Amino acid sequence: MDLNAVTAVLRPRGREELPQERAGDAWLGGGTWLFSEPQPALRRLIDLSSLGWNPLRADAQGLCIAATCTIVNLYSFEPPAHWRAASLIAECCRSFLASFKIWSMATVGGNVCLALPAGPMISLCAALDGECVVWTPEGGERREKVIDFVRGPRETTLAPGEVLRAIQLPAAALLRRAAFRRASLTPLGRSGVLLIGTLDEEGFALTVTASTRHPVRLDFPALPGRQALAERLAGAIPEDLYYDDVHGAPDWRRHMTGLLAEEIREELAEADA
Amino acid sequence: MRLSVNGRAHEVEPRPGQCLRTLLRELGWFGVKKGCDAGDCGACTVHLDGRAVHSCVTPAFRAEGLAVTTLEGLADTVPGEGLHPIQQAFLAAQGFQCGFCTAGMLMTAATLDQGQKAELPAALKGNLCRCTGYRAIADAIQGIAAVEPDRPGAAAGRSLPAPAGPGIVTGRARYTMDVAPEGELAGLLHMKLLRSPHPHARVLSIDTAAALALPGVVAVLTHEDAPRRLFSTARHHHPTDDADDTRVLDPVLRHIGQRVAAVVAVSEAAAEAGRDALRVEYEILPAVFDPEAAMRPGAALVHGDKTQASRIADPARNMAAELHGHVGDVEAGFAQAEVIHEATYESQRVQHAHLETHGCIGWRDAGGRLNIRSSTQTPFLTRDALAALYDLPREDVRVVAERVGGGFGGKQEMLTEDIVALAVMKTGRPVKLEFTRAEQFAASTSRHPMKVTLKIGATREGRLTAISMRMLLNTGAYGNHASGVLFHGSGECIALYRCPNKKVDGYSVYTHSLPSGAFRGYGLSQTNFAVESAMDELAHRLGIDPFEFRRLNVVVPGDTMVSTSEEKHDVEMGSYGLDQCLDAVEAALARPAPVNLSDDWLVGRGVAAAMIDTIPPRGHVAQTRLTLTPQGRYELRTGTAEFGNGTTTVHVQIAATLLGARVDQIDMRQSDTAHVAHDTGAYGSTGTVVAGEATRRAAEALAGAIRMAAAVRLDVLPEACRIEADSVVAGSGRVALADLAPLEATGDADGSPRSVAFNVQGFEVAVHRRYGEIRILRSVHGADAGTVINPMQCRGQVEGGVAQAIGAALYERLIMDEQGAVSNPSFRGYHIPAFADVPRTVVFFAATHDSVGPLGAKSMSESPYNPVAAALANAIFDATGVRLRRTPFMADELYALLPDQLARDAAE
Repeated sequence: MDLNAVTAVLRPRGREELPQERAGDAWLGGGTWLFSEPQPALRRLIDLSSLGWNPLRADAQGLCIAATCTIVNLYSFEPPAHWRAASLIAECCRSFLASFKIWSMATVGGNVCLALPAGPMISLCAALDGECVVWTPEGGERREKVIDFVRGPRETTLAPGEVLRAIQLPAAALLRRAAFRRASLTPLGRSGVLLIGTLDEEGFALTVTASTRHPVRLDFPALPGRQALAERLAGAIPEDLYYDDVHGAPDWRRHMTGLLAEEIREELAEADA
Repeated sequence: MRLSVNGRAHEVEPRPGQCLRTLLRELGWFGVKKGCDAGDCGACTVHLDGRAVHSCVTPAFRAEGLAVTTLEGLADTVPGEGLHPIQQAFLAAQGFQCGFCTAGMLMTAATLDQGQKAELPAALKGNLCRCTGYRAIADAIQGIAAVEPDRPGAAAGRSLPAPAGPGIVTGRARYTMDVAPEGELAGLLHMKLLRSPHPHARVLSIDTAAALALPGVVAVLTHEDAPRRLFSTARHHHPTDDADDTRVLDPVLRHIGQRVAAVVAVSEAAAEAGRDALRVEYEILPAVFDPEAAMRPGAALVHGDKTQASRIADPARNMAAELHGHVGDVEAGFAQAEVIHEATYESQRVQHAHLETHGCIGWRDAGGRLNIRSSTQTPFLTRDALAALYDLPREDVRVVAERVGGGFGGKQEMLTEDIVALAVMKTGRPVKLEFTRAEQFAASTSRHPMKVTLKIGATREGRLTAISMRMLLNTGAYGNHASGVLFHGSGECIALYRCPNKKVDGYSVYTHSLPSGAFRGYGLSQTNFAVESAMDELAHRLGIDPFEFRRLNVVVPGDTMVSTSEEKHDVEMGSYGLDQCLDAVEAALARPAPVNLSDDWLVGRGVAAAMIDTIPPRGHVAQTRLTLTPQGRYELRTGTAEFGNGTTTVHVQIAATLLGARVDQIDMRQSDTAHVAHDTGAYGSTGTVVAGEATRRAAEALAGAIRMAAAVRLDVLPEACRIEADSVVAGSGRVALADLAPLEATGDADGSPRSVAFNVQGFEVAVHRRYGEIRILRSVHGADAGTVINPMQCRGQVEGGVAQAIGAALYERLIMDEQGAVSNPSFRGYHIPAFADVPRTVVFFAATHDSVGPLGAKSMSESPYNPVAAALANAIFDATGVRLRRTPFMADELYALLPDQLARDAAE
């Protein structure tokens, strides 16, 4: 929709052209969320696409995803065969409520910064040990795990003037085996529960998203037993951390989180055997 | 910046926050629709350098230097003359009804590769259609055709295509907002409404100075500008059917979202800024939200200030309308019963969610006449209402609906025309008001939330002895349709059953919340859910098969149909196909299950039946004027509006059949108060049975006149003359139709007598024993529509009705916060069925011929909706043993009630 209060669009060509942050500024990624709701408080859009960031770089370090990388760019990425966990990329892209048409506009960084519980790029990046590269307003840079960066619905640690530059997925995480489970109240609807398990010699990690207000990550030295997993879940996620909105009642999210966590454990155990 | 649209270069300067959708429409490309303006529905899909995008969430400046293709340019993207293959496919399958989503559907489908076409549920995630139920869309994309060729004089009964089809698939069909601000619309102003933030408040003052000082703001309308006259937004044949409790702008606000003031400005942006600059002082008043609480003594009164002149049942008890009726003696009936079932069933608040939101454009023409171009099902009644409201002669008001983007009852209401008319009169300029999707959800109308308590008694053999029903309707802050929905809802659901003792007590209660209004089924979807669920519960308790139990008790030919009064009425059983519908659905469900599921899934089947009067009571009129033109063509003018119901096709078919014509000889013009004398409107499923009857009469009269004129020319008796397409033949004589022109005939229909139509819905469902997830494995629908004039379209009505009802049964709910504000006013929060959510429904038509309806036809547009919720509840019970008595049925409630979970809970 038209954002009628917006009076200017800035299109910086490089970091040096990024403006001083002021009230009413918003970073514009794909625009698919910004333009989907009235934004009466916004006055300036600062277009990140004009910065020309290389969307994806795969190397020995892993996968570096620019914040402005579109979903379709990520979805089309052909990972090296030994990156077993890269199968999660397609799974998570398909978890968008939005269609392929939105994928060509929406960005990975936009989804992470929006910080909605159902944001599937948060699920992907949190499960794969993703690290945010954040440009600070003084020209510096800071790094923070995605799991810590996203603090709750529509809340991140991004300070005024900071911009998410990229997310780095380490190669080690991409090498792991992975299992994915999702539940929604409608057949291809918005995620109410999205769980990812990863496993390697270093251990097992379960990342709970969508059902909780922010992503929750449980690390185990090795694949736990059914009981141990259930107990950890119960201990790690207090009742009020389960999210409550139209996409699922909190008790159902807790119930499904338990069921799907166990399914993930069983799947990875079977493959391990 | 420069961009090209459909090969044409444009030099434009988009506003900084502008999206591509509005830029393209400002350039005159009206094939780009606004469904949600939020990236959810896909109606605005265009191609950017060949890539499909939602133009409503695409920043306009990003189109710089790119090639944009809209639906208007799609055909030019393929070599050769003619349409793009996907346009042809949508015509061949008639993959549309109202056609409003079609532009986006086509632009999306045109880009799908083979892989995506094989996965349509995923590929069409971003395209919502509210009319079709998606089957016809799937067929179009997969290249399956449905339309049949025409034969002169034999149009009725054939699946002929909608005349508007070519316009719809090319983007030329004009909906309400698809007009440029030129000619009489030059200088078009835009209106934005300030809406109440409080559920109950009095406006103490409105400071308009800051708003009026803003650039571009032309006028502010407040209650001081509005007439003091009270009216109802509901539109009915008799304006006195509804309580007069509404003002155009009222200093008392009775729900969150009610209009407080209107700002008119040179652009939407300026109007928005003006709206946000209004300063209003409110006195907050006590409010009540629960209808039971609202009925209690001492409750805050919604319309305590109203007099008897408003025709409110009892403003001192918040009673908008009340109903008490009975036949026989229910107490005696229950005393005779050997089994009695009693339970309460609740239906939630749902929204129509037609893809075209409410809106209209008003202006004065050169002659000074007030013109309103509106998205309405009732142009004539709205014309009358405007004339009454503003003391204008009827001929000084013209209301026209060119093509309406879906209605479902929501547009049997005057929600925008009154205030636009006021703004036109105040400013002297053309004015437009178009609801946003959020306004559509939060500030238009909804289905009546209803709590229905049902008590049914039967003998051990399964004969009903007594039915008593208590209906409690939350009619919201205004009484539009409060009475009509109450009475209609109390009728056919129990008249369907032979039972000597029946009693209904009904209450339509005011609360300080969003007004409820007319909605597909008009009360029957809610009461049908209760009655058909209760019948199923009783059948299970009696150990009688649910189909058998219905056969034992339903009305059959010869029975009088009685709900709560033995007064004489004009409903007759013009035909009866209920038995065929029950048999067909039973047989289909008895076939072996189509899929093998793991042990995790519990499988069950359920059925529900429904009856509906084919026409609303107490008068529904229509007029058709048919003219034979000197070109040898026919011009058919009728009042009824087309909003995807397909009646345009049906009218043309009826006329062509009686005139021995090809359908392409007939030009239809409709829903314009300038064309015919009167038409009650396209509601109550009357497009075929009332307006179609008027057309039948006009065509019969014109055919007679043509034969008469030909007889004179050929010097034969009129009976010897036969109309054969373009000429009249008698023996060896022949005269061209054109030589007999001009001839004209008028047909009138008054909506009486009336008949009954039947629907039976069957489902097979699977419920995951741990997740609570519900999957529909099979959907079967038996419909008794009399002689089906257009099987393809009638099937589409059934499929669409079932799909919409699946939405209400499984997904949809307007969620109200503690102040009565809608907290999910978007398609992301309010889930209407998408492609992935809707099963293919197998549709069976009973072979009947109605003695009342035109050419033996009966209505079939609201009724398929009604039996769906109960059939699903009954199937879920059959699968799981869990009885759900409140829609929607969702996994996050159901899981906890399933045997597995109960066992788990018990263990813990």
